Amino acid sequence: MFDSLSDRFDGIFKKLRGRGRLSEADVTAMLAEVRTALLEADVNIKVVRGLTDRIRAACVGVELSKAINPSQQVIKAVYDELTVALGGEGFKMQFASKPPTVILMAGLQGSGKTTNSAKLARHFKAQGRQVLLVGADLQRPAAIDQLRTLGKQIDVPVFSDDEAAKRGDGDPVFVAARGMDEAKRLGRDVVIVDTAGRLSIDAELMDEVRRISETVNPTYTFLVIDAMTGQDAVQTAEAFHQTLELDGVILSKLDGDARGGAALSVKEVVGKPIAFASTGEKLDAFDQFYPDRMAQRILGMGDMLTLIDKAEKAFDKESSEKAAERLMEGQFTLDDFLEQMQAIKKMGPLSGIIGMMPGIPKELKNAEIGDDALKPIEAIIHSMTTEERRRPDLINGSRRERIARGSGSTPADVGRLVKQFQDMQKMMKKMGGFGQKGGGKKGKKGRFGMPGGLPGGMPQLPPGFPGT
Amino acid sequence: MKLLLEILIPAVLAFGLSVPLVGRLRRNKSAELKAPPGRTTLAPTRPPVAAPAAPVEVGEEDDSDIIGDEWQVGDGDTLVEEAPVVEEPLVEEQPVELLPERPRFRDRLGRARNAFAAAIGVRGKTAIDQSTWDDLEESLLLSDLGVHRTDAMLTSLKERVSAKELTTPDGVVDALKADLKARLAGADRALRQEHVEGSPNVWLFVGVNGVGKTTTIGKVGAQQVSEGRSVIMAAGDTFRAAAAEQLGTWASRGGSELVRGAEGGDPSSVIFDGIQRAAAKGADLVLADTAGRLHTKTNLMEELKKVRRVADREPGRVMEVLLVIDATTGQNGMIQAQQFTEATDLTGVVLTKLDGSAKGGIVFAIETELGIPVKLVGLGEGINDLIPFDPDEFVDALFA
Repeated sequence: MFDSLSDRFDGIFKKLRGRGRLSEADVTAMLAEVRTALLEADVNIKVVRGLTDRIRAACVGVELSKAINPSQQVIKAVYDELTVALGGEGFKMQFASKPPTVILMAGLQGSGKTTNSAKLARHFKAQGRQVLLVGADLQRPAAIDQLRTLGKQIDVPVFSDDEAAKRGDGDPVFVAARGMDEAKRLGRDVVIVDTAGRLSIDAELMDEVRRISETVNPTYTFLVIDAMTGQDAVQTAEAFHQTLELDGVILSKLDGDARGGAALSVKEVVGKPIAFASTGEKLDAFDQFYPDRMAQRILGMGDMLTLIDKAEKAFDKESSEKAAERLMEGQFTLDDFLEQMQAIKKMGPLSGIIGMMPGIPKELKNAEIGDDALKPIEAIIHSMTTEERRRPDLINGSRRERIARGSGSTPADVGRLVKQFQDMQKMMKKMGGFGQKGGGKKGKKGRFGMPGGLPGGMPQLPPGFPGT
Repeated sequence: MKLLLEILIPAVLAFGLSVPLVGRLRRNKSAELKAPPGRTTLAPTRPPVAAPAAPVEVGEEDDSDIIGDEWQVGDGDTLVEEAPVVEEPLVEEQPVELLPERPRFRDRLGRARNAFAAAIGVRGKTAIDQSTWDDLEESLLLSDLGVHRTDAMLTSLKERVSAKELTTPDGVVDALKADLKARLAGADRALRQEHVEGSPNVWLFVGVNGVGKTTTIGKVGAQQVSEGRSVIMAAGDTFRAAAAEQLGTWASRGGSELVRGAEGGDPSSVIFDGIQRAAAKGADLVLADTAGRLHTKTNLMEELKKVRRVADREPGRVMEVLLVIDATTGQNGMIQAQQFTEATDLTGVVLTKLDGSAKGGIVFAIETELGIPVKLVGLGEGINDLIPFDPDEFVDALFA
């Protein structure tokens, strides 16, 4: 359903080969694709119109030179434009000079306010702050219980009026005010006030949250928005901004496969940055927001940088550097391969990692890949002798037979693995040296190709590589 | 195997190579540019679910350990023969007074319709021009109908305009509405129930996080009770903190009984307990809650498959598997529906939070392209604010 922008452009540029300059019509055709990609990513239509106008200005007259792939150049223009639109100044948190720093959390029902209140509390606590959570959601059944449970998990105190919540007649403004007193009494320096979910068109409840805001006088007011939100994000954000004067947005549930165009829309319309993003159900799956990564995601480029960050933690730096060098020299062994595979497994569920890789064929992304998918490959390699792992060309018919028996696979499987490995090895050798120059050089785009405009870059695989 | 080899090996190699390279590149870069700070995100996985079922409490105020057998649900075919069950109903069942009238779409939607000013602007004009098409496009896109469907619909309308079949902007809007309505006509939107002695019906509620599954179950339960059925709610969301308490509040409000397990327990066994309890008690219907899960989490989708399998075992019969989807959901809703129906074979969609400013257009795509009918619509927080889906009113509301 979602094709990456580079796939879309491929078709257009095939027709353009050999021309020196992009015509107005070429740019229009490309912008139509950009528009579709942005709309599929749930970027608001009004924002899309503004963006495509700016991208048009950046694209007209792009020189088509032999050295540089024009589609990559246009993608880079789009990507740059999106990064600027998403990022701008970025968000910098400053704690109040006279504590406590008060944070007000607001949003629609189910956007993730309670969970993100706890995540934020954990985030500040890790920075050495003394946090108090105030549960002012007296509406949703058991919302206070949820906050208390989460507070216990992160060892942060929670203030609320449980009795009023159970009776259903509590006044959240009053609870918030008492929460502030409690924070002063306990000497807490950060107070996070969780509020009930409300619709932006519910005048009564919007007035209530305004009164909470007036009472606690927040240093920061955050709107929590679900990354899966569609076109409505803009209307919601505008309404909350009008009532509360937002300082930033927390983007929740970014660990799914939604493109998250809502983030871009909100930033464009309200002019406030995305401050934090929530990337998983665990309470530590929460971090500040990176505009460049979001831009890649909206364009379907995969979330390479997040992946690399994860990888840097899982891979041992020295041994992976050495392995990479050996790989480029064609000296890479099956042992190195095994080690890499194990490092990848450490990074989390395989399906999640594959989802973040750019250019992976859709069939594979959609395929159910359990964490044991690598097991047969591991088993085969484990059944080889040290010598065989170092020199797979030693493996003949009888050795294949033995390895297959040892690993519970067939000799054909063993043969395929060895052949595939050797092909890759040869290819890597040919490309040796390419990678060392960094991401500046653009290889010919293969199936796994990745837009060259990205920071970094992955070695490109040869065209015609059997992807599926 | 072949697929895996061909893709995983290169991917692993390319990846292994790119890690140190990018790391190097970044370090070089950081001299000139300020490099983004490293992230500390951990892999987003849930803790493994404890295999043995935790002791299950029946009834919210009851702490006697009535159902305490350890059983493994799902693997072998040896299930516990008999679940010890208390004889007395634990929750006082109070008939709920329902409001005489349920809210209508239009009453609720009226206040949120200003966004459709664009489409209204089309009406009353004399000539069809570019602004007509721009306005219509904007209305359709803003309702989250999706870019391809919008483009396709406008293209066919443009053809009819060129053929002089449609000549006024009003005519175009009417034709568009008729087209949308026709595509939603004829679906079976009834909630399926079948009374068989000793074999309770099971309705399973699934969806991503925060769409309103628990609230929807609360409302459905109260409505079913008021129609004279005995209902048991099974708190299969053992993951989210206090989810069972939330369901328990709804159960006591609506006069149903709650069956719950321990937090972090196996959802299949909690739901199976609920079914056994219903069978023993002769209850008609089990409403099974499940934890919100992103459709991209393979292990959690596997867990959900198991829940469905187990719920369909004797004595239970799964009659409905309802995907709860939030009206604010964008294009990702389509993928959600695809993944959830693949895992659990959905029988219907519940569209929640339609009383806000969002239009819920994605359910149009889900129904017309995946053939999963929209059955219920949530229009507010009250127990009566869940009504049968009416396609004509839905489409009319899109164009106010």
